[in-house]
Amino acid sequence: MTRWIVPNLWLIPAMPLAASLLILAFANSRRRTGAALAILGQVAAFALAIIAFLPTLEEAGWRAVHNFTWFTFGEQALRIGWVLDPLAAAMLLMITFVGLWIFVFSVGYMADDKNFTRFFAYLSFFSAAMLGVVIANSLLLLFVCWELVGLASYLLIGFWIHKPSAAAAAKKAFITTRIGDLGLFLGMLWLYSDSGTLLFYDAGNGCLEQAGLLALGASATFVALLIFSGAVGKSGQFPLHVWLPDAMEGPTPVSALIHAATMVAAGVFLVARVYPLFSLGEIDGVTPSLTVVVWVGVITALMASLIALAQSDIKRILAYSTVSQLGLMMVSLGVGGVAAGIMHLLAHGFFKALLFLGSGSVIHGCHHEQDIRKMGGLRRLMPVTFLTYAIGMMALSGFPLFFSGAWSKEEILHATLQWGPSPVPHVLMMAGVVLTALYMTRQMIYVFFGSARAPSEKAHESPSVMTVPLIVLALCSIVLSLAFTPAWPWLLHYLNGEAVHFDLGLLIQPMLFVSLALVAAGIGFGILFYRKAGATDPLAQTVPPLFRFLENKMWLDELYANTVVAGSAMFSRASDWMDRHVWDGLVRAVGGAGQLFGIFSTTVDERGINAGVDESATRTRGLGRFMSGWHSGQVQTYMGAVAVGMLALLLLYAWLA
Amino acid sequence: MMPTLTLFLMVSAALFCIGLLAALSRRHAIFILIGIELMLAAANLNFIAFWRFGPQPQSPTGVMVAIFSIAIAAAEAAVGLALVIAVYRHYRTTSVDKLNQLKG
Repeated sequence: MTRWIVPNLWLIPAMPLAASLLILAFANSRRRTGAALAILGQVAAFALAIIAFLPTLEEAGWRAVHNFTWFTFGEQALRIGWVLDPLAAAMLLMITFVGLWIFVFSVGYMADDKNFTRFFAYLSFFSAAMLGVVIANSLLLLFVCWELVGLASYLLIGFWIHKPSAAAAAKKAFITTRIGDLGLFLGMLWLYSDSGTLLFYDAGNGCLEQAGLLALGASATFVALLIFSGAVGKSGQFPLHVWLPDAMEGPTPVSALIHAATMVAAGVFLVARVYPLFSLGEIDGVTPSLTVVVWVGVITALMASLIALAQSDIKRILAYSTVSQLGLMMVSLGVGGVAAGIMHLLAHGFFKALLFLGSGSVIHGCHHEQDIRKMGGLRRLMPVTFLTYAIGMMALSGFPLFFSGAWSKEEILHATLQWGPSPVPHVLMMAGVVLTALYMTRQMIYVFFGSARAPSEKAHESPSVMTVPLIVLALCSIVLSLAFTPAWPWLLHYLNGEAVHFDLGLLIQPMLFVSLALVAAGIGFGILFYRKAGATDPLAQTVPPLFRFLENKMWLDELYANTVVAGSAMFSRASDWMDRHVWDGLVRAVGGAGQLFGIFSTTVDERGINAGVDESATRTRGLGRFMSGWHSGQVQTYMGAVAVGMLALLLLYAWLA
Repeated sequence: MMPTLTLFLMVSAALFCIGLLAALSRRHAIFILIGIELMLAAANLNFIAFWRFGPQPQSPTGVMVAIFSIAIAAAEAAVGLALVIAVYRHYRTTSVDKLNQLKG
């Protein structure tokens, strides 16, 4: 019975897709129906995800695939399919569950928007594409869904099209991720030409299995790096991270679902999915491609958490926090802690969605004010939002024992400690933990503590359709930690395909005290430093140049504008100049030659053959005048004449034959 | 029911006639372009049908021709749309019966 789900795994993305199409087709002007359809699609997908989850529990490391031929082209058959394994099942559950509550939250958040139903159609479409990425057993199918996800992201970032900044952000996100996707596409072509298949698992013949990896050999490093460039674009890793903070121009539920919980994690998921390509030919778990992953992740994590310290937009802080957490996950994958990285991805999906929805609730309550310097004292006005936000903040900072983020971070720190080549990632990740606690403390103090500043005096708590999702996600951030602890690392072993044992003695690891100390240091210092924070940031008062450097996002946007963008603009201008001066000159020269020849001909004509030709000219003109009557200038009359002529020819042919 | 060559040819002929009708009767330039695209699609369908039911359905010649023609149709559509935009900028209309400057 439970096996039934494997060949029918496509039903999971089909549910939200159907909802999306139905909304667009029938419910365009019916707001309630539209939202109900979207939520119904998500509930159905969640139910199917549970059905898909059950067989993976039966035995450790269970994996089932369903492959079929998409089309045959000459001798080549292109096959695609879906795969169900712990990685996919866990992702399916997280996406459908978090997505469901974000959908519910959106009903309240978007209540005043006149394009309410379009929003839900796009959101459902996104959900379908994202679920497609997760179940794909073929790099081609994954790539197709990957691009659809990108399209949904583009549509939703630019949802408020009347805002020029939103339109620009949508374009930036689309183009920046496309740069990474070009690499992914090339990697896919390379993979196909070397291994002859794009299926991940195919009874021993897939590209991630023995035969495929053997055929790939040394080129695996390059294929892996090309695929990683796709992940860099999608997951906002340095140097392609610039689009993610700008993507906050979209409505807040979009930021929560796409740019925090699911889509941006797709890059991490992709690396985990094709991990055998990365680890092929490993020596002590180290390969060149994995080393690249580690260092990109380290740079991203540290850079983004530093920048987050100096931002003043509540959503931008969270956006940079997302970038840095994604970097952390990449580091974990790179040093060999695949399960730890995915565990953090899942935990992050819950608490970062919670934080974004919380920020949405704050923004909604403060009448669309996003500047944290203008908020303050909201803990009394918005108690539910405050409490759930505090839980999210604790989970993100990795506060030990009760919150899911703590255990996954501890696991990642473990994994980095065991990495042979260099201790630097471990040290820098510990610094990252302190910084995370610090910027989140800063945000909490600015938003919820102190006295009310300008517009937050009139702030109000959000309706229950928005607070209930907050409470559910907050509870999840705590309850999930039960399956995360070292005493009963169920999720870790589930993802690794091992059996799990319960041992309370393993609960307290030395790393627990280290992370406790790090988080306490971050929060304590944060409270001391930001306690009396006013209109100017304390960091701006103590070290102004550093603050300016971070506030302007290390001037990376400006750097890109002055190098890549300016470079291509310069190239266009050069082409324009070539067109105008060189090619145009050539054309003019040819034209001039023609003109000269014309003058010569005129002379010959007028002096020589003029009179004799005049007579025939008059006749021709008469004929011309007669025939020009046929030319009505109506292009469709001509086309009709052609059609009639063609028909006549056909009849003639039929008669003669 | 087994699909037969005749069936495909009938569908293609119907598609062609619909396209021709659209190209002849619509006044908006873009709809005319759409009609032309339909006729092209009908031609492509013929290519595929004759190839598939022809003597050598294994070698992908028919598909090659069809893909080639689709690529050319795409280029044609790009040029056509650019022309429509240029015409609109100039005359402030895309209705083809107003565009009769070339009449004799």
